[in-house]
Amino acid sequence: MELTQTQTANQTSIQAQTLPQPQSWLRRLSWFDWAYAAALLIGAGVALQLYGAYMDGYEKTILVGTALSVAGLGWHWKPVRVLMIVLVGVSLWSISLYQGELARADKVFFLKYMISSQTAIMWMCFLYGMAGVAYWAGLLGRADGLARAGTGFTWSATTMGLIGLMVRWYESYLIGTDVGHIPISNLYEVFVLFCIITSLLYLYYEGRYATRKLGAFVLLIILAAVWFILWYTFDRGAHEIQPLVPALQSWWMKIHVPANFIGYGAFSIAAMVGVAYLLANKGVMTRLLPPAEVMDDVMYKSIAIGFAFFTIATILGAMWAAEAWGGYWSWDPKETWALIVWLNYAAWLHMRLIKGLRGPLLAWWSVVGLMVTTFAFIGVNMFLSGLHSYGSL
Amino acid sequence: MAQHTRTRAAYDLLSSMRFAVSLLTVLAIASVVGTVLKQAEPYPNYISQFGQFWFPVFEALGLYDVYHATWFLAILSFLVLSTSLCVYRNGPGMLREMRNFREQATERSLQHIQQRAEFELAISPATALERATQYLTSNGFRFRAVPRGEDGADTLIAAKAGSYHRTGYLLTHCGIVVICFGGLLDGNIPLKVLQLTGQKVIETRDIPQSQVPPQSRLSPANLSFRGNVNIPEGTSANVVFQNVADGYLVQDLPFTVALKKFHIDHYSTGQPRDFASDIVVTDNETGERFERTIRVNYPFFHKGVAIYQASFADGGTRMQLKGWPLLSPRVASFDVAGAVNQATRITSGDTEIRVELSDFRPFNIEDLSSNTATSRVEVASVSKKVLDQLGSGAADNSKKDLRNVGPSFQYRLRDAQGQAREFSNYMLPLQLDGAWYLMTGVRSNPNEGFRFLRLPLDADGRIDGHMQLRALLLDEKSRAEIGRRFARNAVSGSAVSETMRERLAESAEKVLQLFALRGFESVGQFIEKGIPQAEQEKAADVYVKVLEGAALEALQLARERAKLPSAPFEPQTLRFVRDSLTSVSDSFAYGAPVYLQLVQYEEIKASGLQLTRSPGKNIVYSGSLLLVLGIFAMLYIRERRIWLLVKPAQGKMLLAMATNRHTLENEREFERHKAALAAAARD
Repeated sequence: MELTQTQTANQTSIQAQTLPQPQSWLRRLSWFDWAYAAALLIGAGVALQLYGAYMDGYEKTILVGTALSVAGLGWHWKPVRVLMIVLVGVSLWSISLYQGELARADKVFFLKYMISSQTAIMWMCFLYGMAGVAYWAGLLGRADGLARAGTGFTWSATTMGLIGLMVRWYESYLIGTDVGHIPISNLYEVFVLFCIITSLLYLYYEGRYATRKLGAFVLLIILAAVWFILWYTFDRGAHEIQPLVPALQSWWMKIHVPANFIGYGAFSIAAMVGVAYLLANKGVMTRLLPPAEVMDDVMYKSIAIGFAFFTIATILGAMWAAEAWGGYWSWDPKETWALIVWLNYAAWLHMRLIKGLRGPLLAWWSVVGLMVTTFAFIGVNMFLSGLHSYGSL
Repeated sequence: MAQHTRTRAAYDLLSSMRFAVSLLTVLAIASVVGTVLKQAEPYPNYISQFGQFWFPVFEALGLYDVYHATWFLAILSFLVLSTSLCVYRNGPGMLREMRNFREQATERSLQHIQQRAEFELAISPATALERATQYLTSNGFRFRAVPRGEDGADTLIAAKAGSYHRTGYLLTHCGIVVICFGGLLDGNIPLKVLQLTGQKVIETRDIPQSQVPPQSRLSPANLSFRGNVNIPEGTSANVVFQNVADGYLVQDLPFTVALKKFHIDHYSTGQPRDFASDIVVTDNETGERFERTIRVNYPFFHKGVAIYQASFADGGTRMQLKGWPLLSPRVASFDVAGAVNQATRITSGDTEIRVELSDFRPFNIEDLSSNTATSRVEVASVSKKVLDQLGSGAADNSKKDLRNVGPSFQYRLRDAQGQAREFSNYMLPLQLDGAWYLMTGVRSNPNEGFRFLRLPLDADGRIDGHMQLRALLLDEKSRAEIGRRFARNAVSGSAVSETMRERLAESAEKVLQLFALRGFESVGQFIEKGIPQAEQEKAADVYVKVLEGAALEALQLARERAKLPSAPFEPQTLRFVRDSLTSVSDSFAYGAPVYLQLVQYEEIKASGLQLTRSPGKNIVYSGSLLLVLGIFAMLYIRERRIWLLVKPAQGKMLLAMATNRHTLENEREFERHKAALAAAARD
């Protein structure tokens, strides 16, 4: 007797109440989840109503798509819902304080010292600094309370960073309607974006693996970015909002850049976890750090998500290049280095998935991978010339 | 037989992952070379960079155009072959494996699986089976149940989930093959073949495109190309130029593109905001006309050819210039007419100079704050610095003084040896430190910034006064006269003897003569050589005073000769005289005997268009889609297999779970299934 059954096959007459039935994902959503999603969609609807006339079809699609993705993200990862509520609330408050007048940033107390874009970003930098201190103290002193404070600081810093970007977006329109644009267009802005995305990815894994011990290491790379932001601001005055060059005036930027930075952020986490892994492997802080298989798993997960998004970002970049530069692939230094980064992580995944490679070699590889990625991200802008030079040092 | 094994070995090698990864490594390294070494530069740049010995070596290696070098394309082709063979070799097995429930598993083989558990059956085997299969189904597993044991009394349930994981491998690898195939289609392989067989020859001469011979032209039927063309306003083009190695090929188009107008919009900061071209495309065959405006990010497509806004340039702006000799004792300005991208000749004395007009800019936004800001040293505390940064991200323009300083044009002067100096002259005068000047910049190396010569304007706001004074200062014949006047006016009263006056006149003449040699430089040299060191400083002071006094007299004399009233004795006049002296002195280092003043212009812009035909584009895009789908399938679909062996005779149920990948998630999932199925086996 052979019986074949598929999912659609009906089960009859069986009393299954004793078995734990996995509830469908949708059914596990609470009323709050639904209210949250509804609020997001209503928000998108209002934005379309108010500003739809100034948007083209692609931009409208991106707006609705963003609302849906953020809703889905909040359903999947609950803390995002709170983040979004605070973000929207504070950003709207900040905008209302401006009353359409840029100069009020220096006059109104809350704008000047809390929630104008530059102030919020400075707060972000400060809070990441606190998070780094708290995570390290928590790790070395085995103090769970401090580590928990680290998580709190990281969440607040990320929120402030996002508020900073949102308000900056608004401010750019106050400078001039032709100047206004999404603040992910130059090196300064994408460094803020990098901090935010890396933190969010890390916080996700922190919750999922229920360990705060890696925060100390991940914060190191975020603080390196913070240091860069501060230097870039105080030494170079690069924080000033600049109008967009014609090549960047495209809706492609809104999807190409964030996708790229999910890749960069994830690769950074993988490298920092790789450092922790190598230290533990050498007997340094072995007892303080999570078990090797947890670190190994986080490393793999980060590279996997990073690789997927980096692939998408590169393809989107190629499609944009086909519209802006006249060819989907020009072997421009940035393109070429993106390919090298991609090949590197493709090889990493091959070795792990197909050859079953594990251990210190992969950890070393992910650390070296970050160096390659960093060169592709900053080094190309510094040392090589090409079409893709949107920020110089 | 040996032949067969050799083929087999080649096949094994080509389809192996080792080989593919090696190719990828070589590809990555080669790509790095291409980013470090600037590609497709003019060949003379490479010669000066690498020298005569290495230049031909690197040329033979194709390093100046790595990504189109034969060996690079060969690696790419091998990669396509290798990946295709990999798919061919492993694909069928993977598909089979995907469909396979592995119901052949024996009890013994299940015992070898790491994740396994055994439960005692507290209920009837049939009920346990039903519950377990229902559980598996609701968890997304598909299963087969087969009888086992000697008499078929046992039942094996072989279940699987996430089988599509394996399609990930196929999709990604197929995606890469498709992308590379599309890319090679758009590459220049056919052109390379034509070149190697001598059917197409690269043109290196700088000749009008209509004179380019057929062996350097590509027909409109060419499948794939990417070329550029500059079209001045009011003209049209029916070809584009493809740069190849140290020359170019002419690509004939299936249509004509005419440029009606080129627009360029700017932000208030002077940065460009929008480039747009109003073009008319006329089809060669049908005669259809399309009037379109293309801009960056918004190309126009016709007959599979995309027309992009790529750059802009001057399209031959016509200019009326006035030439002023700088080092001549005569005021003899002359008119010059010319256009950008053209050369004209002017004569200065008995030498003829070639002027290559190279560029024109209708306006220039400059930050003039450095000229007005006081040089106060700011000692800001850290807290002040931080507070300054708070607030909005808007640029703080209070520190800047952005101003449009009007049109400028650039030209090169070439001497007999062919050495060129580059000049950049502003049309409008600029106010600096309270006085007005015409500015002319000069540099002998394109990598340097311009150094500026200031020509002061007279009280009427014209350059003529300065030019008259300049001529007089350099005029040998007028020196005695100037000296006399200086002596007469410098010291008044009868107390001064005639000999004293004569000596004064002489020294004024002497200083002017020195000054006319090489400006302040020759005056300084004279002092250094002829006067004891202790008195040099004092002497210099006196000499400058005498020079300024003489120059003031020269100014009055010049005005007298021009039948103008004499200049009032006031600070502005003195300043004008001093500025004139500085200007004349600097002229000796200016590097040209003539200053060209822009009088009038008629701007003509040119739009730089890039035209491409890439039939592989959509193939590459569909390959990309496959790749992304494949990556997500491979990374986010977990393949899991569960076997349940129900043995009624022993009252036992054996559970085993296998995954293609050992992860924490899978461990957790196994624990979940174990608990659930243990519960299913209980009452």
